[in-house]
Amino acid sequence: MIPYMLCFVLFLVGLYGVLTRKNILKIIIGLCVMEYSLYLFLAMTGYIEGGAAPIIDPANRAGSVVDPLPQAIVLTAIVIGLATTALLLAIAIRLYKKYKTFDIDKINTLKG
Amino acid sequence: METKLIIILILMIAGAIHSLHARDLLSAIVSYGVVGYSLVVGFLLLKAPDLAIVQIVVETIALIIMVSVLIISTREDLAEKSTVKIKGQSYVNIRNLSFVFFALVTGVMLLYFFNIVTTGLPELGIHETRMATEYIANGVEGTGSINLVTAVVFDYRGYDTLGEATILFTAVMGILAILRLKTHKI
Repeated sequence: MIPYMLCFVLFLVGLYGVLTRKNILKIIIGLCVMEYSLYLFLAMTGYIEGGAAPIIDPANRAGSVVDPLPQAIVLTAIVIGLATTALLLAIAIRLYKKYKTFDIDKINTLKG
Repeated sequence: METKLIIILILMIAGAIHSLHARDLLSAIVSYGVVGYSLVVGFLLLKAPDLAIVQIVVETIALIIMVSVLIISTREDLAEKSTVKIKGQSYVNIRNLSFVFFALVTGVMLLYFFNIVTTGLPELGIHETRMATEYIANGVEGTGSINLVTAVVFDYRGYDTLGEATILFTAVMGILAILRLKTHKI
């Protein structure tokens, strides 16, 4: 149970970063840390003690393998996480070009 | 096995905390890299080599994009921030203590609820394959791929992968639209 708990603690660290940091890059880093904790948690739920990696030799089928389904889903999630991170960083570039700062307290003139 | 995973997770937590509290943004990004590459080692411990390969590539790309965002910035805002000091006021007052108290209460409460939610989960390492039993038994003959993750991603759940490609396309379109816009003077 301890690894699950530590995964959740990592999630809470990311949440803390998103809620308290003022720098927009650190907010993005906090979001990514939350994503990473979820990936590790999902990969842990499919782990079987003593199982091999889910690559099967058809000639020699001895032994159990770990669950391939959570791994496939995490694979999808990792790629989508990169896409959203890149989109957030593009928004950060635009904000920096307009306001010359990464500090979200100074980006306070969002009106037409 | 579990001990190694706990060590990796503690390293990740330490890296994340240092990344969020670093004074320099470059060192924050490097500490974030520690978190991502520790995740690679965690995936390898969990017998997931495909995830480890993808995570190495994704982490490297994310670090490169973050550094390229960082080097367009100047040091002006950082220098300005270091001159602003707390005006003779101690950090320890009743307001900050109440904030710390509420944060601790919220954290303990969230951990408690997480514990309730995960009581149904078996211990780490004990797992019954339900849907994947059929994939493991017939996946190699059914799809022709000896790698079961590839079989699931590209054959059994091919529509998921199609949706993923759509999301990637939309994100790239969004990035292009955001970065191409000319700034208008208001």
